Amino acid sequence: MLIEAKNLSKTYMSGEVETRAVCDVSFTIDKKEFVAIMGPSGSGKSTLMQMLGLLDRPTGGKYFLDGRDTNEFSDDELAELRNKRIGFVFQTFNLLPRTTVYENVELPLLYDHAASNKRNREEIMEALESVGMEHRVNYFSNQLSGGEKQRVAIARALVTDPEIIFADEPTGNLDSKSGIQIMKILQELNEKGKTIILVTHENYTAKHAKRILSIIDGKIVSDKPVEGRMKAGDKEYMLK
Amino acid sequence: MKSIISPIKISYKNLLAAKFRSFLTIFGIIIGVAAVVIIFAVGRSAQELVLDQIRGIGSNLIGILPGASEESGPPAAVMGITVTTLKYEDLLEIKKEKNVPEIENAAGYVSGTAVVKYQEEELGVSFTGTTASYLDVEDTGIIEGRFFSEDEETNLSKVAVLGSEISKDIFDGDNPIGKKIKINNHKFTVIGTLKEREAAAFGISSQNDSIFIPLFTAQKLILGISHLVFIRAKVDTVGNIPLAKENISALLRNQHDIDNPKDDDFSIRDQASAVEIVGSVTDAIRYFLLAVGTISLIVGGVGVMNVMLIAVNQRIQEVGLRKAVGAKNFDVMLQFLIESASISFLGGAIGIILGIFISFLVYLAVNALGYDWQFLISIESIFVASSVSILIGVIFGLYPAYKASKISPMEALRYE
Repeated sequence: MLIEAKNLSKTYMSGEVETRAVCDVSFTIDKKEFVAIMGPSGSGKSTLMQMLGLLDRPTGGKYFLDGRDTNEFSDDELAELRNKRIGFVFQTFNLLPRTTVYENVELPLLYDHAASNKRNREEIMEALESVGMEHRVNYFSNQLSGGEKQRVAIARALVTDPEIIFADEPTGNLDSKSGIQIMKILQELNEKGKTIILVTHENYTAKHAKRILSIIDGKIVSDKPVEGRMKAGDKEYMLK
Repeated sequence: MKSIISPIKISYKNLLAAKFRSFLTIFGIIIGVAAVVIIFAVGRSAQELVLDQIRGIGSNLIGILPGASEESGPPAAVMGITVTTLKYEDLLEIKKEKNVPEIENAAGYVSGTAVVKYQEEELGVSFTGTTASYLDVEDTGIIEGRFFSEDEETNLSKVAVLGSEISKDIFDGDNPIGKKIKINNHKFTVIGTLKEREAAAFGISSQNDSIFIPLFTAQKLILGISHLVFIRAKVDTVGNIPLAKENISALLRNQHDIDNPKDDDFSIRDQASAVEIVGSVTDAIRYFLLAVGTISLIVGGVGVMNVMLIAVNQRIQEVGLRKAVGAKNFDVMLQFLIESASISFLGGAIGIILGIFISFLVYLAVNALGYDWQFLISIESIFVASSVSILIGVIFGLYPAYKASKISPMEALRYE
């Protein structure tokens, strides 16, 4: 059991108004799963992902990562975990401007103070090769298309060889062709053993996963395996 | 090492991306650092120049002035008070070896302004009435003709010796010896021209621009006075100056019937105290300018802080991302501190270059005017200016860096 959420809650206080973004959510996720967290806007899916990705702390309940209670970790320890065990892919790519592909993918390695610089180059090129972007290694981020940017972002998420990849609406800012490319890469990564957690509001995108957690108003309303899974790049798929 | 180079590269990339705004940011620092460099370079040279001028008139001379005044303060005459107690007889007594053996020679002076006429030309000039001992005491000489004799000092002779510039002004390069001029409508004969003299004598207007006439002639004929404006005495060695001052004081008290030193009606000044006074005045000026430079640097620092705060605000999502991929609070804070230090260091570097350049221009200009100016840029002042500019960046960058470090990793997900 890689991830265990037990009565997870997140409540925001804005003045006197209390907003309950996530209410009492419980589930588990094992290694090598491909889970989609699906819900409409305002459902709390982003808030849930923030907690699972260790970007934020819950206000209620517990989140166990690999059996350890994440509430016990300090901010610095959480940063270490995010660096080594988690990779993020964002809807808006979040690449650094005026910076090369190489330097973008390198970023997580810079915050691993124990790592030596010599191995960096190998790891970066490996990550770029797995997304098919090694030929653009010296390009600047603003010289890339949307699809290329997202691929570089995925390479960055992979460079420290984390176990879990969190993808927040990864195809939201892409045309359909690039979107298919991205979903194909995610599915391939899952085949190779990565745990993928995908957050989306589109049923169509969610069906690329193997399991869907549906969330509405901060509560899980269903937790089912996917029927009729989409396989990105398949000929049949193109017809659907 | 990477974690230092990377922020430095980032800061210069960001600077280049918004060139005009960047320039405005570091402008204050450029000015402040340039000011500090110029003050150190020019200030010291200027001070040396002024002190050299004073030293140039003879470090073994002492001045005796009428009217009591503090050694460390200005003499009475400067304050506009005319005291008439110093007399020609005092000068004669001072010159006597048995009274003040340390004195080699002494000269007495009066001065004023008069109208000089030659043929059709009329000029307002400064004149000095003095004794024959002038050449020896002031360590100068005659180019043409001669200076007045001791007899002429007291026999009301109407002879005049011209300073080098006055000679050119009146006679246009012609030989002035033997020619007649009118000083306040009295006929005088020109008997000599003085050498050109660089240093401005302390208390007399420049020798080159003066006319010199015998003491009694000046006193009785032109000014209608019987006192001396001051006496200057040449001491045999610098080491004997204190002793000479004592002896002269005792002598004058005797001459003037003064029992209590508190009732002294004269002041004695030496070179060293003049150098000290001027030195402390110019020091004060330099420190004041340094304070102005420092204020400018502080203003520059505030500029850096402002721009860094704006930068932090604009880069919230970026900082969120960095934290999301593993940056700790310290990593973020260090990054922004290095960025602000890099920016202000750049301002400092430009300021140093600008400061050296302007100091060099001043050096060229002053030398062109004929003064012997030195181009003094010390390595220490450059080192200090560089360190200060980095320090400013760090100090004024602390608050923005702190704010940046507080940004939550969730900000990576906030899409504007």
